[in-house]
Amino acid sequence: MTTPAPAPRRLTAAAYFICLQGIVWREGLRFLHQRERFVSALVRPLVWLFIFAAGFRQVLGVSIIPPYDTYVLYDVYITPGLMAMIQLFNGMQSSLSMVYDREMGNMRVLLLSPFPRAFLLFGKLIAGTLVSVLQVYAFLLIAWFWDIQPPPLGYLTVVPALLLVGLMLGALGMLLSSLIKQLENFAGIMNFVIFPMFFASSALYPLWRVREGSEALYYVCQANPFTHAVELIRFALYGQVNWVSLAVTAGCALVFMSGAIFAYDPSRGLMALRGAPGAGN
Amino acid sequence: MNDQVPALELRHVSHSYGARQALDDVSFSVAPGGFCVLLGLNGAGKSTMFSLVTRLFALHKGEIRLLGRDLGKESGAALAELGVVFQSRTLDLDLSVAQNYFYHAALHGIGRAESKKRTAELLEAVGLADRAKDKVRNLSGGQMRRVEIARALLHRPRLLVLDEPTVGLDIGARADILKLVRELVAREGLSVLWATHLTDEIEPEDSVVVLHKGKLRAEGKAADLLARTGASDMRGAFVALIGDDARGAA
Repeated sequence: MTTPAPAPRRLTAAAYFICLQGIVWREGLRFLHQRERFVSALVRPLVWLFIFAAGFRQVLGVSIIPPYDTYVLYDVYITPGLMAMIQLFNGMQSSLSMVYDREMGNMRVLLLSPFPRAFLLFGKLIAGTLVSVLQVYAFLLIAWFWDIQPPPLGYLTVVPALLLVGLMLGALGMLLSSLIKQLENFAGIMNFVIFPMFFASSALYPLWRVREGSEALYYVCQANPFTHAVELIRFALYGQVNWVSLAVTAGCALVFMSGAIFAYDPSRGLMALRGAPGAGN
Repeated sequence: MNDQVPALELRHVSHSYGARQALDDVSFSVAPGGFCVLLGLNGAGKSTMFSLVTRLFALHKGEIRLLGRDLGKESGAALAELGVVFQSRTLDLDLSVAQNYFYHAALHGIGRAESKKRTAELLEAVGLADRAKDKVRNLSGGQMRRVEIARALLHRPRLLVLDEPTVGLDIGARADILKLVRELVAREGLSVLWATHLTDEIEPEDSVVVLHKGKLRAEGKAADLLARTGASDMRGAFVALIGDDARGAA
C-alpha cells in the first residue's frame, strides 16, 4: 500500500471556490465545444433586430417613456428585450443540458460531490448565467455597429441586471428540467414556456400599447416575470434602476431557485418519487 | 478512526417504488480493506442499493453508514470517502480524459496542482498515461471503464463501490478490469463493494453477499458458501442459494 488513507478532507472556503470554478470551467468548455449553440444564440436576436425591427420601425412608433429621455427608434426599444431573450433561451438550454446530463449520467457525478447539493446546483446556475452574459455582450457588440449605442457606462451598469436575470431564468430552467422526464419532452417547454413568456411581455412592445389593445393581456404581461427581467435590463442599460422590476426579478429568482433545490433533493423532491437521475433500475 | 469500523454498513434497509418492494430489510457490512461481491441477478435490487449508498435516492427505512458516518446525517463527509463506478457511463465524451479528471477533482475541492499529479499517477496505474489528452469519445469500451475506475479513486476514497463494472465488455477486457481493480485495491488500501451477476468474478477469499428479489439470501466468505451449499463452484452455490430462479445466472 503506497498511499496511506488520509484524514477526511475538510471543505474549506478555498475548496468551495475550487468546486465552483470547476463547474464554471466545465460549462465554459462545453459551450466552446458547441459552436452551433453560440452561433444560433447570436443569430436568433440578430434576425429579430435586423429584419423584424427594421420592418416594424415604420409601423410602430415608440413615444418617450422611461428610461429613455428622447424619442427612440423601435430597434433601440427592442434591444433589451432581445438581450433578455438570449438569456431566456440560454436558461432553457442549460436546463436541456441538465436533462441530457441526467440521462447520460453526468448528473450523478455532480451530485456525488461532498459539497451541499444546493451549492452544486447554485454553481451550475452561476456557470450558465456567465455563459449567457457572454452571449449578450457578443450581441451588443454587433448591435453597436447597427447603431444601437447605449451610453458607454450602460455597458457596465447592466452587468448586475444581466447576472440577476440570468440566475432567475436559469433557475426557472432548472426547475423545469426536474419536471421533464425525458429529452423528447423538451419541445413542449419551448412552446409552453419560452414563447408565451417572450410574447406576453414588454420585450417587443411597450405595455401602454398592449393596454390599448387588451386590458386583460396588459395584466398578464404585468404578471409575467420576463417583463420585469426586460425592464430591469432596459433601465440598467441606461444607468437607472427599476425598483419594482428588481424586486420581482430577485423574488422570482429566489422562488425558482428554492423550487429547483427542493426538486433535486433526494429526500423530498420529485426525484424521490420518480427515481434518481439516470438510475438503471 | 478505529480500523474495526466497517467500511460500509447497511442496517435493515428497505426501499420500494410505489407498491413494488425493491429491497426488503437488507443488512450486511463490508469489512475494512475487504473485497465484497454483491451477487444477484438483474432486478435483484443491486442498482437500488447503489442509488441508496450513493445518496441519489433518499433512505426511507433503515440505516447506512460509510466508515462509521451516517449517510443521512453526515452525507458530505460520507460522500468524500466514497468512490463510485456506475453501471452506465458517466464520463463527458466531448472532454479529454484529463479534463474529466480535473472536473471530478474540482467537485471534490481538489486544486489544479494536486489534481494533475493524481491524474498522472492514476493513468499510469491503469496503463493509459499516454491517453490523457485524448477525447474520451475516442477510447474503446474497456479503456473508458479503466478511465472511470481510476477517476473514482482521484479523491482518495476509502470505499470504492462498483455497479456491474464489466457489463458490455468482452472476456479479455473483463479479466483486465477485474485484475486492475484488485491491484488498485491492494495498492491504495481500499475496501470494495463489487456488484455483479457473474459468479466467475469471485475469488475464494472474497466476501459474498447474495441478494435475490430484494432480500438477502446469504452472506459469508466465498469458500464458506461453497462449503455450506456443497457446490463445486460459485455458480452452483449461487443457484443453490437462490433456488429455482437461477435460470440465466452465470
